[in-house]
Amino acid sequence: MPEYTLKIRRFDPESGRAAYWESFQVELPPERSVLDGVLQARDTQDGSLSIRCSCQAAICGSCAVRINGRTGLACNTKIGEAFERAKSFGHDEIVVEPMGNMPVIKDLIVDMDAVHWKKVKRVVPWLLPAGDPPEREYVVPPESMIDVTQTMACIHCGACVGACLSLEVDPEFIGPAALAKAYRFVGDPRDAATEDRLRDLAEDPHGLYDCTHCFACVEVCPKGVAPMDQIMRLRRRATADYGIKDRNNGYGHEKAFVDLIERYGTLHEAQLLPRSYGQGSLIRSQIDPSSLKQLASSLPTVINGLKSGKVSPKAALWHHKLPDQKHVRRIYKEIHSKDERLELNLYIVGESGGETEGAMAEGSQES
Amino acid sequence: MPQHDVLIIGAGLAGQRAALAAAEGGASVGIMSKVHPVRSHSNAAQGGINAALNPEDTWESHAFDTVKGSDYLGDQDAIEVMCREAPQQILDLEHLGVTFHRNEEGRLGTRAFGGASAARTYYVADITGQAILHVLYEQLMKHSEVRRYEEWFVTSLMRDENGRISGAVARNIRDGRVELFVAKAVILASGGNGQIYNPTTNALICTGDGIAMAYRAGATLMDMEMVQYHPTTLAGNGLLITEGARGEGAHLYNAKGERFMEKYAPNKMELASRDVVSRAEQTEINEGRGFPDGTVALDITVVPRKRIHEALREIVMVGRDFAGVDITREPIRVKPGNHYTMGGVKTDIDGQTDIPGLYAAGECACVSVHGGNRLGANSLLDTLVFGRRAGAHAAEITAQLPMPKPDRSWVEAEERKIREIVSRERSGRRGAEIKAELGKTMDKYAAVFRDEEGLQTALETVRRLKEEAKTVATDDKGTVFNQDVLAALELGFMLDNAECVVVGALERKESRGAQFRTDYPERNDEEWLKHINLNLSEDGTPEISYSDVTITQWQPEERRY
Ligand SMILES: Cc1cc2nc3c(=O)[nH]c(=O)nc-3n(C[C@H](O)[C@H](O)[C@H](O)COP(=O)(O)OP(=O)(O)OC[C@H]3O[C@@H](n4cnc5c(N)ncnc54)[C@H](O)[C@@H]3O)c2cc1C
Ligand code: SF4
Ligand code: SF4
Ligand code: FES
Repeated sequence: MPEYTLKIRRFDPESGRAAYWESFQVELPPERSVLDGVLQARDTQDGSLSIRCSCQAAICGSCAVRINGRTGLACNTKIGEAFERAKSFGHDEIVVEPMGNMPVIKDLIVDMDAVHWKKVKRVVPWLLPAGDPPEREYVVPPESMIDVTQTMACIHCGACVGACLSLEVDPEFIGPAALAKAYRFVGDPRDAATEDRLRDLAEDPHGLYDCTHCFACVEVCPKGVAPMDQIMRLRRRATADYGIKDRNNGYGHEKAFVDLIERYGTLHEAQLLPRSYGQGSLIRSQIDPSSLKQLASSLPTVINGLKSGKVSPKAALWHHKLPDQKHVRRIYKEIHSKDERLELNLYIVGESGGETEGAMAEGSQES
Repeated sequence: MPQHDVLIIGAGLAGQRAALAAAEGGASVGIMSKVHPVRSHSNAAQGGINAALNPEDTWESHAFDTVKGSDYLGDQDAIEVMCREAPQQILDLEHLGVTFHRNEEGRLGTRAFGGASAARTYYVADITGQAILHVLYEQLMKHSEVRRYEEWFVTSLMRDENGRISGAVARNIRDGRVELFVAKAVILASGGNGQIYNPTTNALICTGDGIAMAYRAGATLMDMEMVQYHPTTLAGNGLLITEGARGEGAHLYNAKGERFMEKYAPNKMELASRDVVSRAEQTEINEGRGFPDGTVALDITVVPRKRIHEALREIVMVGRDFAGVDITREPIRVKPGNHYTMGGVKTDIDGQTDIPGLYAAGECACVSVHGGNRLGANSLLDTLVFGRRAGAHAAEITAQLPMPKPDRSWVEAEERKIREIVSRERSGRRGAEIKAELGKTMDKYAAVFRDEEGLQTALETVRRLKEEAKTVATDDKGTVFNQDVLAALELGFMLDNAECVVVGALERKESRGAQFRTDYPERNDEEWLKHINLNLSEDGTPEISYSDVTITQWQPEERRY
């Protein structure tokens, strides 16, 4: 049976010692999980090695850790694959450490209450229906239930929270899991507080518009919740359905982004800020006084960009258009021509109909 | 020192439902769990929850299916209560926000499940348990007056001088503090004991703690020999493929490509009750018609792909991540595996045990609604109906009662016990080794087919392991998240559970439901239409007694599917 080395980050709060690395040799088939490896080390070598785990089936959400730098569930990461990945970085050990953005309690165990659950509580995580319930069930479109079930599928493992880049910069950010949880109510036709919820999350400076589209949460989520997509849907609901113009100017920023691409085909960075905070270019704009402060606070970023040569004043101001701008325009036209907003439901990915005959038909000769 | 009218041990579906009911009844409530509540094992329930809610369906039909499924060992008064209250439970959950599947008119839709004469299983894709658990937890967050003690490990139940339960002793996992929780009533909702088997579909936390604590406190355990083997678990790791797959139309084949259920249950085929399907599979495997790895094939590809992705999404992931199989394109290998604890702490229909002040609900309890064999999707229902009833009853009773006097000696005893474990020098086997031997032994001798000789071997082994467990030492000597010492305590609980299962199985000299004795292959209503009760005796072994099965309107008949 193959042997693997797990290099585990240890921390014992009672020892007075800083965190340290310890390597364990384990032996198991490559298709078993990293969690199986950690448990083997604990069961046969050092019983004090601590990790939360229970279901071993990616359903209880206990065992999120960072494996070779990537956040995920230890129980659904195959140890063989983890080893191949380690090798591709030139290492011969699988590195296992607690996930980020949350304080470590002991070894691989982090304080989920202090971060994850606090944020979940922030989004008023219970249904707020109007009035008394009906005698029977609420009658709602079947698709709406399938739709919010994508976010119900969240197992609160915190992997996205541990991997979120915005959270690293702004620990106050409500974060991917809690915002996905918010969509679970916003998308639920039984909830009567949709607009209040959206306004609340849009107006919060650490809310809807604090996400930088880095995709980390989508990548690490073991349950296909795709938190970033839910955040984008919350934004669309907030702006298109309720016209919420938040004071963080997230709405303006997004609109400017879209308008600029329509016009130039690529992002015209010099135009982005002024347009986000006003209606036109920096020179012509009537800047909304309430957002002056934010605009001023962006200046250091702009200046840094200029100083480091990331942007030159010329390139920034005389932006070139994409050669084939008409294709971009066509996409916009196509989208504008639709009456309904295109909502991509990612939950159902299967193809319909077709192959209904059993695969056993071919396999049945096997004996 | 925390004091509550009602203290609930366990925060799965039974515990959370009990907490909400007790709080609604005006009681001050504490709910405690050794893991964060949403990590409770209820989240693993994929398939759904039964209720005769359709106008065409009746509770009597649901009750009859349950009675028949139980092989007539279920108590019919309890089954009636469960099936009558089922529709309201579903509606309550729907109103609280559970995202149940809808039909085209936007009303609640159902799927078919094993052993049922109508499609009456309500579901949320294949994350039903998780969806309900998370929605109940939303309500607990909303009702902040319910005190939650998350990551607290209960080690024993406290009794007053009259033998009444007066609270519990628990260790805070985060800092090792042992604390006394005074309560007028305690509701055990601590789940099943699947971990005494290996492999099992049950999570690592399912170690039968509450069952063992009640037993040690003098409560009666009932039907402990009735252990359900689920027909479709993965060979290597015991992971479950939901019965929903067969409910959606999936077929079972042996290695010769025969749809073998034709022989065993020509009418219900793959949707016969679980004991029947598991025995059929095991027979095929034992008689050489299985695959070399001791499995048969479950073919889900007969289900339209869109439907698979919509209704069996979790199973697609399980197949992909844990078996390397794309279930939409090829069959997956399965075998019967340990799944559910039908037995448990004996209760009445309000969850009361025979110790005053102690209630039990959910998988740790035995009301008994499942008798010899639980129908799929009846367990979530059991947790909700009897969780609610226990919570409401306890709230009502405790309103009149004074708060019991705290007795620190219970804390000191537990502290001493933990100190003793932590201070042991390693002399014998590691705890994990003992647990592994226990699991293998139970899976070999107390599984789908049993006989006297095997069960005797199992009993000797369990008793030897009990001795060995007394010397298990810990590497962790600390107080923060000392999982090592908790594992040692759990091992003790598991061994008590295992001993009771084996003793019950040896005693029942017939075949009924999940208990199939190859040396007594027939059901014998004359001698064995009764419950086997077990109580801890002076010498530390289970003492056997019997109680009647309650029959209201369905006389025992032969069971055919
Ligand atoms: C894979 C799988 C699929 C299933 N599918 C279905 C299905 O489709 N339909 C159906 O009806 N049933 C199904 N079941 C059965 C059903 O899920 C369980 O029987 C039910 O959820 C048990 O709920 P519970 O509340 O009794 O216990 P659990 O949910 O197991 O909760 C036990 C609680 O007790 C706590 N606890 C235990 N010991 C201690 C201690 N010492 N100190 C403190 N706290 C403690 C735990 O932390 C936990 O919170 C399935 C079971 C499995 C394993
Ligand atoms: S996409 Fe947004 S929410 Fe997701 S990880 Fe990146 S910044 Fe965080
Ligand atoms: S969204 Fe995904 S990664 Fe984030 S907590 Fe939920 S399941 Fe985990
Ligand atoms: S152990 Fe439950 S998610 Fe990994």
